[in-house]
Amino acid sequence: MANLNDHMGRPIVAVTGIGVVTSLGVGKADNWAALTSGKSGIHPITRFPVDHLNTRISGTVDFLASSSKGASPLTYELAETAAHEAVAEAGLNSSDFGGPLFLASPPVELDWHERFSLYNSDKQDAGAERLLRVARGLKETDIFETTQFGSIADRLADRFGTRGLPITLSTACASGATAIQLGVEAIRRGECHRALSIGADGSATAEALIRFSLLSALSTHNDIPEKASKPFSKDRDGFVLAEGSGALVLESLEAALARGATVLGILRGCGEKADDFHRTRSKPDGSPAIAAVRAALADAGLSKDEIDYVNAHGTSTPENDKMEHLSLSTVFGERIGSMPVSSNKSMIGHTLSAAGAVEAAFSLMTMRESVIPPTINYDNPDPAIVLDVVPNKKRNAEVRTVLSNSFGFGGQNTCLVMAREPV
Amino acid sequence: MSSPRDVVITGIGLVSSLGEGPDAHWQKLAQPGLQPVLEAARFAPYTVHPLPEIDWNLQIAKRGDQRQMETWQRLGTYAAGLALDDAGIKGNDELCTTMDMVVAAGGGERDEAVDAAILAASESRNDRDVLLNEKLTTELRPTLFLAQLSNLLAGNISIVHKVTGSSRTFMGEEGAGVAAVETAAARIRSGQSTHILVGGAFQTEHSDMLLGYELAGYLHRGPWKPVWQRQGAEGGGVVSGSGGAFLVLEQREHATSRGRKIYAELGPVVSGRARRRRGELDAEIAALLGKAALPNGKLLALSGASGAHAATTAEKAALDANPAIASRGFSTLTGHMKEAQFPFAVALAALAVDRKAAYPVFDAAAEKPFEGVPATVLATAIGYHQFEGMALVNAA
Repeated sequence: MANLNDHMGRPIVAVTGIGVVTSLGVGKADNWAALTSGKSGIHPITRFPVDHLNTRISGTVDFLASSSKGASPLTYELAETAAHEAVAEAGLNSSDFGGPLFLASPPVELDWHERFSLYNSDKQDAGAERLLRVARGLKETDIFETTQFGSIADRLADRFGTRGLPITLSTACASGATAIQLGVEAIRRGECHRALSIGADGSATAEALIRFSLLSALSTHNDIPEKASKPFSKDRDGFVLAEGSGALVLESLEAALARGATVLGILRGCGEKADDFHRTRSKPDGSPAIAAVRAALADAGLSKDEIDYVNAHGTSTPENDKMEHLSLSTVFGERIGSMPVSSNKSMIGHTLSAAGAVEAAFSLMTMRESVIPPTINYDNPDPAIVLDVVPNKKRNAEVRTVLSNSFGFGGQNTCLVMAREPV
Repeated sequence: MSSPRDVVITGIGLVSSLGEGPDAHWQKLAQPGLQPVLEAARFAPYTVHPLPEIDWNLQIAKRGDQRQMETWQRLGTYAAGLALDDAGIKGNDELCTTMDMVVAAGGGERDEAVDAAILAASESRNDRDVLLNEKLTTELRPTLFLAQLSNLLAGNISIVHKVTGSSRTFMGEEGAGVAAVETAAARIRSGQSTHILVGGAFQTEHSDMLLGYELAGYLHRGPWKPVWQRQGAEGGGVVSGSGGAFLVLEQREHATSRGRKIYAELGPVVSGRARRRRGELDAEIAALLGKAALPNGKLLALSGASGAHAATTAEKAALDANPAIASRGFSTLTGHMKEAQFPFAVALAALAVDRKAAYPVFDAAAEKPFEGVPATVLATAIGYHQFEGMALVNAA
């Protein structure tokens, strides 16, 4: 008889379904094959013209029906696609999920194409006044729905038959991890037996790219796109904007075993800590990220020596990778030089609101397959960052536990600890 | 029976057109026949309830911090500061660094001048995507992005007030405010947290914030009317208002051990998602009233009704169907504050419980008097478009 409660007497939370979409493809099989062969999904931007832009590459998802329809429709389709895969794998009814929904998604705004078309459908007045007058004459609510922050989750709740008020959240680049954390907490509180946690981001518009560019956050290595994302390298110069989605079906171990579901992994612990230093930079001593890692370990009931692998946030920005190294070396001490730490973002770019969920999905697969995906483009190591980044080629390794980091603008730090087996 | 893990309210931070702080709101709202503060010209044909004059320095000491924000984030950061002050937590390092936070947020303000210039230029150009790149790369202020990001209200609260236990931002109009309060309360009840800052802000005095309603024709036009009396008038019934509401929720034991004044206890918080196109709203509101486990006897209800025709009609019918309920539609006096609407309703409910008195009617034609001491008060937020929530607030 398996132990159904964790070291704090709370229900153990199992993962029984996983879904993922990135620029590498739809579904776990395609993604895993590409990821373990060190393939990059980063490519020249074709979705919109790149005139005047310093960055002309991205990891957009260009192969879905909504790929050219704007951020809200694409984010919905990404979320729906990943969730469908996860719910199907879990063997649950795909229109009557029967648990709550936690969705990490980007903040929404009226798309520029809609803005242009509304504005130019009339000639009277100018600016906002004209937009408002045209708006109140609209007969359809399709455009309106794309501007409501709760609408994507509302549609997903209809589609999958989730229970109750769905929660849409943003903790910037940590959002995907927060969605998982909320699901874990709800199960631990006994509010539900299962939860659907999704991170999805289809917001790589020209304006999004320009905004990150103005903050000097993006790589401008446009010439060889697949080489642009190079976490932990000396010549790293920013992240690569990308899209994707990850979905997990979380379930109390007890409920999963009772219905004979296959347990794909265990969500063992979550930790978070906010940073009060600066809107985009972390506290120089790394204390908030360090505290988030330690909180996740404590929540998981594991010591630092019991983590086999770190799925790094590893964005490839000068600041993040330096600070992440500082936090990891502070927590893990000398051992950090010899423990594998790799960044999926070297291949898929930074999927922003989805990243934490996408990378949790890959972390779980790493344990199941006993294969660690590499950090590609590691040709010029940063001498100040001494890590075993699993350079350039996948590695076969027994991985029992993973720490997955997510750090974001606004002082967001969220870490997840996952395990292969319940105990 | 009180329990050590009860959720109690120990701090309230409020800003609306009526003023700032719980005392100012109580004094104003307790006046029979109070007239709303309205701005009918600036956004005509729409009326809004504007922000009062605010000295931002009082809660956001550094000018540098103020410059990094637009009005929405300043407003939220300010209201959060009021709540922390009120709870005696502001400036207390130990309490701030262990404090959790759930913020209900929409988005911040875009640069209207840049947008208007791009739209104007689009009339004479067919290469609009190129136009966009050309203008946005040269005219956007780099830091404006951060002022627009939903989670940066919480980020600024961390920076300015040092609340750093955890930081989560929920999105989704009124539902975000409901889920924020509900989740915060559940975390305290289960022992996952001891004290949480929860709330939101809405700055309606910006064309995009009006557009967010008007793309589906939700805004009321023409002469202002109380929230319950907009059926049949021109437009969609919503009159919006700028404001913010933050609460400090605390485990009872935690609050009493540090000797804090308790405004009220937060009872059940319930939420739902009616599939309104299938006509489920009436049944959902009734179900939520059932789940909230209303006490016997007469009950004061602080309704967050927006004025939106369908939702407001449904809520009014449900509240009127119970003769024990005396409702107060506070949007009549503050306007609709979107993500902040539910935290605001809970705050007003807590104030009535604390002051042991009901508010007079806000609309004599549609509301009935309530005599006596309200020991329990209902707070509601039925979303103008989607999502529903309620809470019961009890005497401490």
